[in-house]
Amino acid sequence: MFGLTNARRAFTVVDMSSSWRTLDRGTLHDIALVCLADAVVGASFGAISVSGGLPAWVPVAMSVLVFAGGAQFAAVGVLLAGGGPLAAVVTGLVLNTRLLPLGFAVGDVLQGSRWRRLLGAQLLTDESAAFALRHRDPRRRRAAFWLCGLALFACWNLSVVLGALAGGAIGDTAALGLDAAFPTVLLALLLPALGDRRTRDAALLGAAAALAATPFLPAGVPVLLALVGLLPAAVRAATRDAATPAADLTPAAHPVKEAH
Amino acid sequence: MLLYAVLALAACTYALRLAGPAFHHRLRLPEHLRDLLGLAAPVLLVALLATAALTAGHGFAGWARPAGVAVGAVLAVRRLPFPVVVVAAAATTALLRLSGVA
Repeated sequence: MFGLTNARRAFTVVDMSSSWRTLDRGTLHDIALVCLADAVVGASFGAISVSGGLPAWVPVAMSVLVFAGGAQFAAVGVLLAGGGPLAAVVTGLVLNTRLLPLGFAVGDVLQGSRWRRLLGAQLLTDESAAFALRHRDPRRRRAAFWLCGLALFACWNLSVVLGALAGGAIGDTAALGLDAAFPTVLLALLLPALGDRRTRDAALLGAAAALAATPFLPAGVPVLLALVGLLPAAVRAATRDAATPAADLTPAAHPVKEAH
Repeated sequence: MLLYAVLALAACTYALRLAGPAFHHRLRLPEHLRDLLGLAAPVLLVALLATAALTAGHGFAGWARPAGVAVGAVLAVRRLPFPVVVVAAAATTALLRLSGVA
């Protein structure tokens, strides 16, 4: 839901369990835990959105239709900071671009009838993809994807509704310190991903750029500016791609200098 | 306007989701593009968290909010449960405001 699943690890973990007919207990247990954790986040999302001043239908409709926690938090965060709807949509969309590679990674799970594909696509999240990728057997991949996707859809939307109702009952949000809750929720969610040094470097550079730009740019735009944090990684990838073919030519490209 | 924003975000998100299953057999994403798209999510969210913690409008948010977030950060690093972390952050900010710190 948040784009923080360690995709590289998820791609390599392959469950070799012999049972293929049904999902093993470990998987069911893990899916339940993920649903529980996301329900707490969903309730925070609903409460923060409504107590921040948005009408209750916004977080609820967003959760059903967008169904991507990171993008939902980002869009609402931009709106609550005074940013325009366009900035909110663009920020949410940039966050959701990762669904494109995720969809390719688990595309095999949603083959078959057209309706299955159209319905299943909406259930694609970091979590459902990660659970599908834990299995190698096609049937178990499909079972894990659908079970996680459906359970998460139910838990997420229910918890957002409950959170939105609770958020509407809260009076003075500033006196209760609720403006500190939103960044703290994000921080707690991001902490594991920031253990990776490359992610941390890119994120800190991006955050510094966003903070530096805040006094000068309209609300919502500084967060998008944080994407400059990706530049070092992009440049490194580009130079590596350029260097790979040249490496074969190294002896010819660097002829031994003749002594005078 | 808000409704159109929600619908636009939902429609484009759905297209991103459907592209993989729909073009699974015909297309392959380059490795470094996948990598950068994956990196974009934490980068944007950290920027969002930093600006939400430190700024209000075009200026500094005051000390109470970042202090609360800092308390939450310490508890999160110590792996306390998620609800405890969030409530402690809000409570810290609330108490600071009650004692006169903006």
